[in-house]
Amino acid sequence: MAVGPDVLSALQHAHTVAGLPVPHFETLDAATAVEIEAIAARIIPSTGGAGAREAGVIYFIDRALSTFAADDRETYRTGMAQLQQKRKELFPNSTTISSLTGDQQMTLMRAIETSSFFELLRTHTVLGFLGNPSYGGNRGERGWTQIGFEGQMAYQPPFGYYDAQAEEEKK
Amino acid sequence: MSGVAFSTTDAVDFLVLGAGAAGGVVAKELATAGFRVVVLEQGPYLHEGDYSHDEIKYTFQPGLTNDPKVQPITYRKSDADRARPMKAIEYGRQVGGGSVHFTANYWRFHESDFREHSLCGEVSGADLRDWPIAYADLEPYYTKAEYELGISGLAGANPFEAPRSKPYPLPPMPVKSSGVLFDRATKKLGLHPFPAPVAILSEPYQGRAPCVNCGFCESFGCEVGSKSSTLVSVIPLAEKTGRCEIRPECYVRKIELDDAGRAAGAIYFERNRREIFQRAKAVFVCANGVETPKLLLMSKSKRFPEGLANSSGLVGKYLMWDNGGEALGLFEHPLNEYKGIQVTRLIHDYYASDPKRGFYGGGGIDARFDFYPAGFALSGLPPDTPRWGSEFKRTFVTYFNRTMMLMAHTTSLAQAKNTVSLDPDVKDAWGLPAVRITFDYHPHDVATMKWLLAKQIEILEAAGALKTWSQPFDVVDNMPSRHLMGTCRMGNDPRSSVVNPFSRTHDVPNLFLVDGSNFVTSGRQQPTATIQALAYRAADYAVRAARRGDLS
Repeated sequence: MAVGPDVLSALQHAHTVAGLPVPHFETLDAATAVEIEAIAARIIPSTGGAGAREAGVIYFIDRALSTFAADDRETYRTGMAQLQQKRKELFPNSTTISSLTGDQQMTLMRAIETSSFFELLRTHTVLGFLGNPSYGGNRGERGWTQIGFEGQMAYQPPFGYYDAQAEEEKK
Repeated sequence: MSGVAFSTTDAVDFLVLGAGAAGGVVAKELATAGFRVVVLEQGPYLHEGDYSHDEIKYTFQPGLTNDPKVQPITYRKSDADRARPMKAIEYGRQVGGGSVHFTANYWRFHESDFREHSLCGEVSGADLRDWPIAYADLEPYYTKAEYELGISGLAGANPFEAPRSKPYPLPPMPVKSSGVLFDRATKKLGLHPFPAPVAILSEPYQGRAPCVNCGFCESFGCEVGSKSSTLVSVIPLAEKTGRCEIRPECYVRKIELDDAGRAAGAIYFERNRREIFQRAKAVFVCANGVETPKLLLMSKSKRFPEGLANSSGLVGKYLMWDNGGEALGLFEHPLNEYKGIQVTRLIHDYYASDPKRGFYGGGGIDARFDFYPAGFALSGLPPDTPRWGSEFKRTFVTYFNRTMMLMAHTTSLAQAKNTVSLDPDVKDAWGLPAVRITFDYHPHDVATMKWLLAKQIEILEAAGALKTWSQPFDVVDNMPSRHLMGTCRMGNDPRSSVVNPFSRTHDVPNLFLVDGSNFVTSGRQQPTATIQALAYRAADYAVRAARRGDLS
């Protein structure tokens, strides 16, 4: 599919701003990566803090498709083709998903949200946001930071508000 | 690792198939009693350093469990349906078996569990029977298991528990916020919460370090060796004797008989898929409630055309599994439930079956949080949460640290139509038949889960939950089952059971089966303590029989 150089440069700019390395993909072509990232960023948006984009979910997906999720490559290929078809039906004058307006992207998402491809993309987006950073996503532990997961190897009680309160009452 | 290596042609005293919760115990008991033992294990031999806190590897992939890509499983609800590939069951597939990756709940059965037919009578559509043994027969072995493995808990704290000859060897684990909220709510409701007995060290024990509260118990191997798996407790003792050889990545396909109808050894595939025959004077199968009957059904012979030790026709029948509903609650302040072991408090108030409810069944309820970050966002949220977008994100971000779960562990009735059989069409990567599971709930199983779910919600509300929700307990939604019980049931009568009260098969005098397959009833799940008590008892019996010359 065609992605204008402006989109790629915008993506690169976004990554530079976020302190991330310039995009380099192992499985996906850069144009497809831009499109998938646009959807991932709708699944986990950047509202109220880092989202799929800032956590580098697209790098997780790219690597997953050449490792543990290699079997899903065909699902991505056909799923993305159908998604682009749906985009053309809904917005005949558009050229890419990533260049749609926010409202248009949401309309497109609602049109596919019950598909098995969307389910897979949702799963991979969440894994790339909250999974172990060694898989290429959850960059800078941005996903874990959002939910308040510390990711340490050991903890000492009290762990939470209520057990701390109970300990206090015992004193 | 094993130092000793036995010849395959020289018959060892005992061959143990499966190095899990039961097999590890049996191997240790036999080797320390002076016998030469070979243990064959399907999975690899891993150690603390091989494990990690990797949610994707261990909960979204079969990191420590059976992999359906190489060992497919098929499932059907009833034998009128055609089975299709589905991961209906899951088991630990490594040295240590399920005791490596389990949540480590360690409940003894109650006295009533062994005689529910006498207490509750017939249940239509089920084969509810008494066990041929009583709690008192197992009590010394429960105690032995608790002390040899290292169990933390508080004796006497559960007013419904059966008599114990000794307290737990270790004090309970530190309580979490879920435990505190549960304690307060259940006491308010007149119930009796108590600290969870767990196979996790609260203090240093037998050279092993205590738990560091990292929170990665369920589905994970313990990186500091504090979870009391057979891998870190009894298997090293077995190997230290110099008489026990553990052979990992060995997949058994058949138990062979000699001309006299006694077990002569087993044929297995090595890692490189070369076939080996290991001779033995006696055989213990400890492969779990699904793999044990599968192996017997594959071990057909002229003498046993329907599968080894299957004169009763009951091998693979009466499969019971891990029933129970899940209710979740959101609270005002952070609980940080991802820290610490999964379960710290529970109740047994609803354990006993009560005819006043109008159905057979009961269960325990524990307070826990057994989600990891991605799993929670994908499957732990209230069902009315949007599946994507800013509201989806806001929900998992704000709920993760403020949610707890109440899980019920309930009865699963033995039904002859729930079976483990060999799939006639699907084969695994070794060319062996895939396991075919036929399973559906009994109506009383469902009634019990529904009845307890209302109690779970009531407790969450009494604890001050801002919002509550529950997970569906459709039989398919609840897969895979990890508690695999009942498929080679224990009894006195060879016509209605597969093994005798000491886990010895009625049909083959030097063949023992001990794991969840022996169970006559399901208890209230958490089968590991009972599996290991049965293993200690069976090994004790086998040692005495072997010394008398009664096995060869």
